[in-house]
Amino acid sequence: MDSPILEPSLYTVKAVLILDNDGDRLYAKYYDDTYPTVKEQKAFEKNIFNKTHRTDSEIALLEGLTVVYKSNIDLFFYVIGSSHENELMLMAVLNCLFDSLSQMLRKNVERRALLENMEGLFLAVDEIVDGGVILESDPQQVVHRVALRGDDVPLTEQTVTQTGYHHPSSGHD
Amino acid sequence: MIKKFDKKDEESGSGSNPFQHLEKSAVLQEARIFNETPINPRRCLHILTKIIYLLNQGEHFGTTEATEAFFAMTRLFQSNDQTLRRMCYLTIKEMANISEDVIIVTSSLTKDMTGKEDVYRGPAIRALCRITDTTMLQAIERYMKQAIVDKVPSVSSSALVSSLHMVKMSYDVVKRWVNEAQEAASSDNIMVQYHALGLLYHLRKNDRLAVTKMLNKFTKSGLKSPFAYCMLIRIASKLLDETEGGHDSPLFDFIESCLRNKNEMVVYEAASAIVHMPNCTARELAPAVSVLQLFCSSPKAALRYAAVRTLNKVAMKHPSAVTACNLDLENLITDSNRSIATLAITTLLKTGSESSVDRLMKQISSFVSEISDEFKVVVVQAISALCQKYPRKHSVMMNFLSNMLRDDGGFEYKRAIVDCIISIIEENPESKETGLAHLCEFIEDCEHTVLATKILHLLGKEGPRTPQPSKYIRFIFNRVVLESEAVRAAAVSALAKFGAQNDDLLPSVLVLMQRCMMDSDDEVRDRATFYMNVLQQKQKALNAAYIFNGLSVSIPGLEKSLHQYTLEPSEKPFDMKTVPLATTPITEQKTEIAPVATSKLPEKLAPSRQDIYQEQLASIPEFQGLGPLFKSSEPVQLTEAETEYVVRCVKHTFARHMVFQFDCTNTLNDQLLQKVIVQMEPSEAYEVIHYIPAASLPYSQPGSCYTLVRLPDDDPTAVSCTFSCTMKYLVRDCDPNTGEPDDDGYDDEYVLEDLEVTVADHIQKVLKPNFGAAWEEVGDEFEKEETFALASVRTLDEAVGNIISFLGMQPCERSDKVPENKNSHVLFLAGVFRGGHDVLVRARLALADGVTMQVTVRSSEETVVDVILASVG
Repeated sequence: MDSPILEPSLYTVKAVLILDNDGDRLYAKYYDDTYPTVKEQKAFEKNIFNKTHRTDSEIALLEGLTVVYKSNIDLFFYVIGSSHENELMLMAVLNCLFDSLSQMLRKNVERRALLENMEGLFLAVDEIVDGGVILESDPQQVVHRVALRGDDVPLTEQTVTQTGYHHPSSGHD
Repeated sequence: MIKKFDKKDEESGSGSNPFQHLEKSAVLQEARIFNETPINPRRCLHILTKIIYLLNQGEHFGTTEATEAFFAMTRLFQSNDQTLRRMCYLTIKEMANISEDVIIVTSSLTKDMTGKEDVYRGPAIRALCRITDTTMLQAIERYMKQAIVDKVPSVSSSALVSSLHMVKMSYDVVKRWVNEAQEAASSDNIMVQYHALGLLYHLRKNDRLAVTKMLNKFTKSGLKSPFAYCMLIRIASKLLDETEGGHDSPLFDFIESCLRNKNEMVVYEAASAIVHMPNCTARELAPAVSVLQLFCSSPKAALRYAAVRTLNKVAMKHPSAVTACNLDLENLITDSNRSIATLAITTLLKTGSESSVDRLMKQISSFVSEISDEFKVVVVQAISALCQKYPRKHSVMMNFLSNMLRDDGGFEYKRAIVDCIISIIEENPESKETGLAHLCEFIEDCEHTVLATKILHLLGKEGPRTPQPSKYIRFIFNRVVLESEAVRAAAVSALAKFGAQNDDLLPSVLVLMQRCMMDSDDEVRDRATFYMNVLQQKQKALNAAYIFNGLSVSIPGLEKSLHQYTLEPSEKPFDMKTVPLATTPITEQKTEIAPVATSKLPEKLAPSRQDIYQEQLASIPEFQGLGPLFKSSEPVQLTEAETEYVVRCVKHTFARHMVFQFDCTNTLNDQLLQKVIVQMEPSEAYEVIHYIPAASLPYSQPGSCYTLVRLPDDDPTAVSCTFSCTMKYLVRDCDPNTGEPDDDGYDDEYVLEDLEVTVADHIQKVLKPNFGAAWEEVGDEFEKEETFALASVRTLDEAVGNIISFLGMQPCERSDKVPENKNSHVLFLAGVFRGGHDVLVRARLALADGVTMQVTVRSSEETVVDVILASVG
């Protein structure tokens, strides 16, 4: 816990995670080599989930890293940084991610809606953090840049029908 | 119709994951429709989503299949569907490392980055830089420069951040974009400002002047972005740290001014920066502490957490600075976030008064099971510090620690607790029995071998001397039955100590030992057999030598001596006294010792300082035949610090001789010294027999010369002597620049300070873990006793310190620590006199007007006793 003078750097975020209420990974993006293998990542996610899913306390120190988190219905959002990092910066990332998704999903931030809009999630995170650097912290800007077409029938209407039930042979319709 | 049906089906199974049963091969099969004309954007989009989802789940893609999918994907650039295009960029980034020939998309991306669609431009730049190397970067340099200063913030930000990523790989190219980055830094957009500042700093961080200029400019002009402010604060505090100047610089003023920023993030960053500065005064800390105090009552958990965590750090160094926040911290004790509550309590434990300890400990034990191991260790550390501060509170602490010991937790956590309990036991004799009982309970179910053996050793040391030793036997013998070899062996050793100390337990211990002799492990069996035989002799001296106090020789020394012995077969039995003694671990390893011939030293078992000297001296032919090195003193300075020549002396004692090693350094760059010796004139019957010169002593390269002295044989009590020392040498003047010496030289000499040999040089420290047993072992055949008055000494502490340093013996049984508010004290000292005679000193001290000391000395040799008493007198 003893911290030296921070090396000034834009690299702030070590990972962004979204888990479901079983602790399974819905989304995970690691920006450095803290957990190089999938196995280590999953173990870390399991540990995080066990320590956080029962409490709604927003911030914790785990495995020497600062974890800020937020849960909504059946989703758990995590932003992870070094324990020397400014906690409020990590919080800014978490809030931006959550608010952006909330707008994109029309306040319907829950597992099912998220799974139906995975491309929106992928694009949003890509606009918020780039390689560990905070790219944008204003949810309005993020939603604007993701620019999912605003037609009233969301993409999901169609994509859902194909998901998981799609066979290459039925590809011609 | 089919679609609708499917949708319903989906809904009825709500909670299922549509991506759950994705098969990589099936998805890659589907990806073939990328090649169909016309492109179906929605279906293609969905397949890309599935691919990225699989990658995100950690699915492994082989190079061939990834490359195939990647090439199929490139065709999708023909579609103008925005989301599809964006997903293509993401796919490119995700596959950049697993697919081959990703640079094939360079031209498509370059087109998008310079095109009219702003939505494409930023992400296209980021994807392009992901697949670009240094050579290709030069090809797109022009576009990158334009993008950095682009008026669309997302484009500019993307270009800046991508440039930052490229710095690692292509520093020389990116540094040419400094002017563009500079321009971007004055952008109105807060993120562009932040990214430009970050890039500029990375490009200039090795040029302190440029960084200072940049800092001056931005701190004056003011920035809009809170992120950029945080970055500036970090740069400023790093610069402050490097310049090591005082805190009255404009940089510190800038950081302090940030405490009044509108944005909490900036305020916190500034407060944290001030708190982490080394050598901050209480006055400088005060404003930072007061903003942190305000944050303690914030509705945001993250802010409260950040504040209390930082206050906790302040409390380690400046507890008084934090006392003002005690009330706010009290309120956080019941915080629903347990991390915050823990930090608040541990901070209060550091700043609060003794009376609040009980209450705080009760609070913390109510939720300790809910916090993570990291914080549990923090709690244990706080308790450990507290025990030292308020020794009277040990019973509360002990209770608490034992409860923690019962909970689940990792090795680090358990070790912290065990160490804490052991240190409490050592500091407070009255807590010994409870502490041992808790540890006994712990080893009943302990998965960590290291901890179990450590505790067994402690039990063996302390248990036999408690009022009821028998109750520990059961715990120890259980280990013999249930545990691994290492633990069983440790348990056998512990058992033996009980048998040796307590006669009434001996028969039972012997029965148990008998059973251990049938153990399946060699080490356990050997130990049991050995102890069994020693115990059956029922001789106090044997018990003391082989069970309580063990060997006091240096292990590398023993290894070397035994090896030597096997090389030269001889009729004589191996003599333990020829093995150099282990130097007690108090002498810390100095880095500058052993100027020559030690470069090859890093070995498996780090040799002690004395082993190194032994090796060095043995390599000098004149010193062979002196026998094993008995003791080496700490270096004594024979010159002032800032003189022409710096000389210090290490005194090496052998059985009948002493070798004085003079480490000399020539600090004159216009001189070369040759044939350097230190001439010594003894005041007593010591006889100088040999000088070994240092051949040459160039500027600032240390060298050693030696003087060999024979100790007076006829008068063994002459242990102290004063030598007047003169350094003699041949000087050759030389050119300070080239070091080229003149042909001729002249003799010169330099007077050094006098060197004292004292009784301490003849005694090696030896730790006797059980002093009482050793006292009995030596016996009273040559016991002598005398009483002295130490008129000039005012406290017992001072007296104890003086005696230890004068005699150079090892204090045992922690008797070097005088309990507070006592008027009398007994000091136990142990050592070995030159020639291998054990010597023990018991000094009873009483404080009245000055200190009265009754010294009792025992040794296996009468002259030694006389020497000690004579020298004390």
